[in-house]
Amino acid sequence: MEMLKVKNLSISFGGLHAVDSFSITVNKGELYGLIGPNGAGKTTVFNLLTGVYKPDMGQIILDGKNITGLSPVEINKAGIARTFQNIRLFKNLSVLDNVKIGLHNNYNYSTISGIFRLPSYFRTEKRMNEKAYEILEVFGLDKEADILSANLPYGKQRKLEIARALATNPKLLLLDEPAAGMNPAETEELMETITLIRKKYDLTILLIEHDMKLVAGICEKIFVLNFGTELANGLPQDVLNNPEVIKAYLGE
Amino acid sequence: MKSKMLKINKSARSSIITVGMILIAYIICQALIVTGNMSNLLKNLLVSMCYYAIMAVSLNLTVGFLGQLSLGHAGFMCLGAFAGAIFSKCTVNAIQNTFIRFTLAILLGAVVAGLFGIFIGTVVLRLRGDYLAIVTLAFGEIIKNVLNVLYIGYDSKGIHLSMKDAISLNLEDGGIVLVKGAQGISGTPRDATFTVSVILLLITYLIIVNLVNSRSGRAIMAIRDNSIAAESVGINITKYKILAFSISAALAGIAGVLYSHNIATVQSSKFGYNLSIMILVFVVLGGMGNLRGSIISAVLLTLLPEYLRFLRDYRMLIYSIVLIVMMLYNWAPACVAWRNKLSSNLAAMLKKSKKEEL
Repeated sequence: MEMLKVKNLSISFGGLHAVDSFSITVNKGELYGLIGPNGAGKTTVFNLLTGVYKPDMGQIILDGKNITGLSPVEINKAGIARTFQNIRLFKNLSVLDNVKIGLHNNYNYSTISGIFRLPSYFRTEKRMNEKAYEILEVFGLDKEADILSANLPYGKQRKLEIARALATNPKLLLLDEPAAGMNPAETEELMETITLIRKKYDLTILLIEHDMKLVAGICEKIFVLNFGTELANGLPQDVLNNPEVIKAYLGE
Repeated sequence: MKSKMLKINKSARSSIITVGMILIAYIICQALIVTGNMSNLLKNLLVSMCYYAIMAVSLNLTVGFLGQLSLGHAGFMCLGAFAGAIFSKCTVNAIQNTFIRFTLAILLGAVVAGLFGIFIGTVVLRLRGDYLAIVTLAFGEIIKNVLNVLYIGYDSKGIHLSMKDAISLNLEDGGIVLVKGAQGISGTPRDATFTVSVILLLITYLIIVNLVNSRSGRAIMAIRDNSIAAESVGINITKYKILAFSISAALAGIAGVLYSHNIATVQSSKFGYNLSIMILVFVVLGGMGNLRGSIISAVLLTLLPEYLRFLRDYRMLIYSIVLIVMMLYNWAPACVAWRNKLSSNLAAMLKKSKKEEL
């Protein structure tokens, strides 16, 4: 079953074709890697998929629903959550609150019952806390729930971003360089966590990564982007041994 | 589970301390009044300390929690002041019960200022940073200047409006002019007592504390910390910006109603950008997102210029120097480090002396 189907997605900034006729089909439950040299347009693809940029051309279909041109909020509600290449946490809020903000649309009570502390406030907050702790435990962050998120070590900040994205209950998770800046041990642990959450939350994942060990280790399929267009697409062993791909990465 | 309890206790404890501080200050003031030990100068400042504290706390919602710089907060206070004063003057004979009349005036002032908050917020909150500051400043001045030339009167035919002068209202004989342009409104019943003001300050404080510690408050702070990330987790930025801005405006309206019921004449010229900036100074000095700090700095900085009057011409000079010193003491990194060191040394000394006792 197709979870994400993208057809001929294009956007240009001035004269630069940042993404040109990008097409990809991600099946439900798959873990897809999106790689390519610096400036290939990988993050732009993520920004297009999440509605940060509106595409000039093309179509994005999520789980049978056309989400092309919707706003980031609507796209998140439709079921896409993401993390960012440069970490974007809510720095002045606690780890727990970061996750609870992710739960915002799944647990509802009115502003009035919040201000006047009506019963629905206490009921919903309790359920939110339970759910948030459940997610934090998966990432081993439950001990740090009350710490300001800015004070977490780098690797844990990356994890918290994934936890927050998961809290929105997505069908498709987009991870933008989740292992960037991590040491080999942290990367190893991250790979285990990604495998775990994928099973536990029944996720489809599309990830951008430069760490080839991670890509080759957990991705089931790989898409190579170069100058905004497809260079190769398929199983890891085929793609990573493709002479065109090696040339794009290492030069002639 | 244990840490969860701790979290709830932490925010609750902080608000209990603040409420306790306000109540203790209130009791001390009342005791001084009853025993006749309070100077007339201070007695006259009590209500104004409260409405400035309400202004500071409410502006902190926009500046500290939403993270948007607003320089037009006095405009909302002005709207509340006029709406409340007009209502009280019209109904002073119809509603004899002061409590009911003043409660209605407060609600009306809050609603009028809140509605303008929604309207202005919808228009200006698309802008960011400096641009937003300038446009809010402009709206504040627009409100002030429109009310400055507005004449309102009523007679048996109903309410008459004019932007020219009192004569062009065309009132019948016996009609009453409520708002006299630049002269404003006079003769509003003086319903704003110290007790009522403290109660309203407590209500304002609790509204904001509860809002901030709820789902909507988290959304508001998420927008402040990172609006792109907030959008990516499905938070409607426009909605929560307008929500925070209009609640902040409505609470400023309450402060305005207190103002107009504390003073003989309300003139819109008092609500210029000077006042907006003064309130902003309270907020910045007390700390962005620190409500207790806002209240304390509003009280201290209302008292300070009055007690510096003996300096005559040098008053505002000294006032500004004191401001700079306080700002440095509170927020300069070196001072913060020095204070932390001092307090940890003190704690260590206490521990030591306890051990020695044992």
